[in-house]
Amino acid sequence: MQDIPKIDESEITPPQMYFNRRRLMRAGGTVVSVAATASLYRALNPTKLVSLDSKPLLPANVPNVTGQSAGATNPDANGTSTTTGDTSTTQSAGSSTDAAASSTPPTPDELRAKGFLVDDSMTPARYIVNYNNFYEFTTSKEGVASAAAGFKTDGWQFKVSGLVNKPQSFTIDQLHALSPLQERVYRMRCVEGWSMVIPWIGIQLSHLLDAVEPQAGARYVAFETLLDPERMPGQLNPILKWPYVEGLRIDEAMHPLTILATGLYRQLLPPQDGAPVRLVVPWKYGFKGIKSIVGITLTAQEPPTSWNLFAPNEYGFYANVNPDVDHPRWSQATEQRIGEVGRRKTLLFNGYDQQVGELYAGMDLRKNY
Amino acid sequence: MNQVQFYRWLVIINCAVPLVLLSWDAWRGQLGANPASDALHVTGMLSLVCLLLSLTITPLRWWTGWGGWISFRRALGVYAFVYAVIHLGIYVVFDRALSLSSTLMEISSRRFLQIGGLSLLLMVPLAVTSTNAMLRKVGAKRWKQLHRLAYVIAILAVMHYYMLVKSDVRQPLVFAGLLTGLLAVRVHRAYAPTRTPQRV
Repeated sequence: MQDIPKIDESEITPPQMYFNRRRLMRAGGTVVSVAATASLYRALNPTKLVSLDSKPLLPANVPNVTGQSAGATNPDANGTSTTTGDTSTTQSAGSSTDAAASSTPPTPDELRAKGFLVDDSMTPARYIVNYNNFYEFTTSKEGVASAAAGFKTDGWQFKVSGLVNKPQSFTIDQLHALSPLQERVYRMRCVEGWSMVIPWIGIQLSHLLDAVEPQAGARYVAFETLLDPERMPGQLNPILKWPYVEGLRIDEAMHPLTILATGLYRQLLPPQDGAPVRLVVPWKYGFKGIKSIVGITLTAQEPPTSWNLFAPNEYGFYANVNPDVDHPRWSQATEQRIGEVGRRKTLLFNGYDQQVGELYAGMDLRKNY
Repeated sequence: MNQVQFYRWLVIINCAVPLVLLSWDAWRGQLGANPASDALHVTGMLSLVCLLLSLTITPLRWWTGWGGWISFRRALGVYAFVYAVIHLGIYVVFDRALSLSSTLMEISSRRFLQIGGLSLLLMVPLAVTSTNAMLRKVGAKRWKQLHRLAYVIAILAVMHYYMLVKSDVRQPLVFAGLLTGLLAVRVHRAYAPTRTPQRV
């Protein structure tokens, strides 16, 4: 006790002031700690959304599928306030692509019968561009938009080869020149149990395949994503075996519903959604829709597919949407439609049973999941 | 209010901050494209974080020699329970559309849900006996034994997380690593002969 230094009486803080100061310190400490916790939480759970700000995709040349009926249902008007203003003016009239304009445009009923147009309300663009599975950038669905933001696709080419008579490379412009761009309003069902309705712009894959003339022995089509860890930093992590690969049976690839998409909401495909060109197969789970394609190969054998390689018991080659065949770890009976409250029932072949059911006639869908 | 009591209140208030922000975001429709899934993920994560923090209290006491840490543990444990209950509530209301039968069906057929469910179930007796009155009633020794269930609960919770992830298991592995460390220091201490002379 003798060691304690003597403190002069005048230096001792009066009790009143001491308690006041302590109260102040505590209030300050509380505020600071709450602010720190709140900022940490906010940093980990950001609420900022990017908007769809890619260039309009040849607006004058793209027939407006949904606008055909009464001209009132421009997808942009329904969807979102984030799109740029100049997309609402487009109709196919006066376009230079007279191939599409010369024949009478199909009626909405015809489009519905083909599966090219669904009546479910379209998912707002701000959700389509902020909620993505694109592991080449990040495995966080909310993080892909910012992680992919700087992804440059200038001069992009993809090569079509394998069992074809005319193997060749295509630029996006060359792809667009193959046939008039079409708008397709498709359901998109992710294997994780959520879904969207997306107005894609693209061309039928069959038109590309016709151009390269598949040989008789070509029974499958294999697809490959760009492999470039510098531009796609997610590829630095061996979560999947890179590059991402996918495949279709040739009859699936030739089906009119199967498209190569280069845009959505009548704007260029933004990076997070698979720029500049991706596959869309609306009756299959979303992971079949391989993004940022650099290679298409026609083969005689069933090609390997990324998720099947990763977990063969969970992800099959076919990956057809099927409410009766559960993922081993979760049910596929229902889905969360993005933008809706509550879940809706998942439909066989994602509701495209009428169009594609016959492709799988007699096939055991449980076995060929 | 002494200083330790003040610190405890700080912990209690700060653990509620994420819940307030989550509710605020939900109210303003700012939980992103898939709000139910986002809230489910966030509450599960918060429960796991509180759980692991509660398990760091004892090692911190050993290392710092400061007994005050112990007064935060109850708050952390109770918050882990509260966040887990909210987590289950979101699952039942939004994922299962309030259908009890479909909830039970899903739980009965999914291993990761069974493990998560068991983890939450085991938290119930700990939450119930978390008050001073219950501690006295149960008796310190038995209370301590009962609350060792926290180890099992944490292991199950990490397993639950690991099993539901599609392929990128890095985050659950980080939690598994931290938990392994927290359990390892306990095992080490229990078996280090010099530190536990009372054990034969």
